[in-house]
Amino acid sequence: METIKNKSQTNRAGQKIVSPDYLLFEAPRTKHFMTGSEVTKEAVKRASVDASVSYPITPQSEAAHLIGELWAEGYVGVYFRGENEFGVMSEVVGCSIAGGRTITTTSGPGTLRAFENFPMWAGTRAPMQLVLMARGVNSPLTIQPDNLEVGFLLDTGCMIWYAENVQELFDMILAGFVVAEQPDVHVPVITAVDGFFVSHTREAVYLPPDDIALPPYDPYKSPMPVIDNEIPPGRFLRDPFVMKSNYTSYATHASWQWEVRSAIERSRPYAKHYLKGLTEEFGDKDAEIVFVAAGTAAAQSKEAVRLLEAEEGIKAKVVKLKTIRPFPYKELEEAVKNAKYIFVPEFNVVGWLEREVRKALYKKSNAEIIGTPRVAGGMTMPKEAIVKEVLEFIRK
Amino acid sequence: MSMKIYQLNEEFRNIVPQEIVALQENATWGNPKRGVMDLPVSKELLEEHSLCAGCPESAALRYILASLPNPEDTIIVNSTGCTSLMFPHIALHTVHSLFGNQNSVATGIKRTLEWRFPDKTKDVVVLAGDGATVDIGLDYTLQSFFRQEKITTICFDNEVYANTGGQESGLTPKGHVFKMAPKGKQFEKVPMWQLAIDSGCHYVARLTVSSPKRVEKVIKEAIYVAREVGPTYVHLYTPCILEIGLNSDDGLEEMRGRDKERFKFFEYKSPEAEEVIKKYKEEGLL
Ligand SMILES: Cc1ncc(C[n+]2csc(CCOP(=O)(O)OP(=O)(O)O)c2C)c(N)n1
Ligand code: SF4
Repeated sequence: METIKNKSQTNRAGQKIVSPDYLLFEAPRTKHFMTGSEVTKEAVKRASVDASVSYPITPQSEAAHLIGELWAEGYVGVYFRGENEFGVMSEVVGCSIAGGRTITTTSGPGTLRAFENFPMWAGTRAPMQLVLMARGVNSPLTIQPDNLEVGFLLDTGCMIWYAENVQELFDMILAGFVVAEQPDVHVPVITAVDGFFVSHTREAVYLPPDDIALPPYDPYKSPMPVIDNEIPPGRFLRDPFVMKSNYTSYATHASWQWEVRSAIERSRPYAKHYLKGLTEEFGDKDAEIVFVAAGTAAAQSKEAVRLLEAEEGIKAKVVKLKTIRPFPYKELEEAVKNAKYIFVPEFNVVGWLEREVRKALYKKSNAEIIGTPRVAGGMTMPKEAIVKEVLEFIRK
Repeated sequence: MSMKIYQLNEEFRNIVPQEIVALQENATWGNPKRGVMDLPVSKELLEEHSLCAGCPESAALRYILASLPNPEDTIIVNSTGCTSLMFPHIALHTVHSLFGNQNSVATGIKRTLEWRFPDKTKDVVVLAGDGATVDIGLDYTLQSFFRQEKITTICFDNEVYANTGGQESGLTPKGHVFKMAPKGKQFEKVPMWQLAIDSGCHYVARLTVSSPKRVEKVIKEAIYVAREVGPTYVHLYTPCILEIGLNSDDGLEEMRGRDKERFKFFEYKSPEAEEVIKKYKEEGLL
């Protein structure tokens, strides 16, 4: 049992193994200037990753190239270019159920091509990580920033986290493995960022040293039998006994679906610890105008809060959601206690976050929920545009 | 793997199902010379199945399971279709993936196990229907051959989508009327064995399962070559007696008939495969 031996001081790449808390909170950090793609590499480098499979699609290709470099340098055990995203998402689930800590990346149309796999990942309780650098979905052809595909992923049974910037992406990738691999959680995590705005933007980022790394994945702590023939074969869900038409099979399938959702719920305390809360607030605590947003929409909303205060004397605040699955119901309810208007700015046409917020606050808040501004297809969301919409609305 | 994982906890011996006890006491583990001749006297690795009575797929699976040189360290990856009905009853590590992605999942498993256990032999075998292998999954099947994955792929060719009630597949002979081909299938049977050779398989065989000893030889050669060299492919005719309207005891005759025509025994070995097979013959394992 390799990984048990690995409890020694170093991982296979020779990096010193430290606790997740040390790596994320205590280790000294130095300042760098990097893009989202580059910090993905930096996070993977410190994550004792066993396997990664990739397929090019803008804007995530660069991150996938850089993980390949880590493989060439000996930091990652398995790496190759798969045949397409359906193939890649199948290959990585193979890597994961065979006991490897596994990561892959994709964007927009690649996500949709791969789709049948995501509920399969969750149903198999494979704790792998997908870094999703969101982008528009055709047609018409686009490679522009847009996060429509996250709306499709919400009900796949995977955890979904959303990073606002380069720093958060780095920290979330590391925390993602730690939380996803907790034996009582053990479901996949999708770490989303807005493509280009984060993947291609160079920002200041604070990184711990690169000679320390997370403890390797121990597949023998999995609640599901790992497929490596070192333990007896499992007879649960990794094979289709639920194909039988009898009451026990129906009940098993139904309860398994609940179990996958419950596993996501059980991630809350861990995510709270490693992400320092499922939400983050910015601005005036008691403000009546509240923005609820994720990703770079939250960043733009923060700028709008500053502008509203400076130019209009209007107090406002942002509630940033770091996790979408699990959805931070309690945190949100608490944060909008004083709200009269709740704006939900988003980078997609359907307003999936507005739907989530409405559902979460139904009969819990008297505030008016406004799904705006909403931009799509690569449009930016300047702070002035947000302010203009707010003013138009509240002065109606 | 340690054989211990198939040993019962003594405390539980009197409460676990009898077939589990029989498995420990009388199954053929840990002996690479095991084969189909052990079937009548030892515990089978397939307990029961929910295929149609007399379905040749069940015989095929029995022969294959009896022929694995290393069942205790073999992982079988399966796809959706009639074959997936048997998998819950196999006493090995089996994975049901999705419909068509079996070679991709197997790739991930094989590569990760090689990384995690560099000094151990872990065989990965893919087993799926003709629809899964050659239609919806053709891309993934061939790409795994291109990439030279060290996997054995076995196709159960029943020349139809049986599990969904009898639609024609790419492997249905031209002109055959099936559901969704009401005017007869429009194109020739896909010569998958040839595609496998052209795509880089080192051992390829096409046969019916009318002769258990021959299935054993083919499966063993395919697995040894995959272990040492690269991808191997076995194409087995396992007729869907239900969809072609045969009685449950007609399967064997149907296969014997096809032995002489479109499933005439055919075998291809690359030079590297020949070497490996020679070596295993010298060791008395083939
Ligand atoms: C993506 C997807 N499309 C369609 C199906 C429905 N389906 C289930 S089994 C099957 C046919 C299987 O045919 P084959 O692989 O030849 O196996 P057989 O049942 O004949 O043994 C189909 C189309 C599915 N499960 N998944
Ligand atoms: S439908 Fe055909 S292939 Fe499927 S179990 Fe019955 S006879 Fe076998």
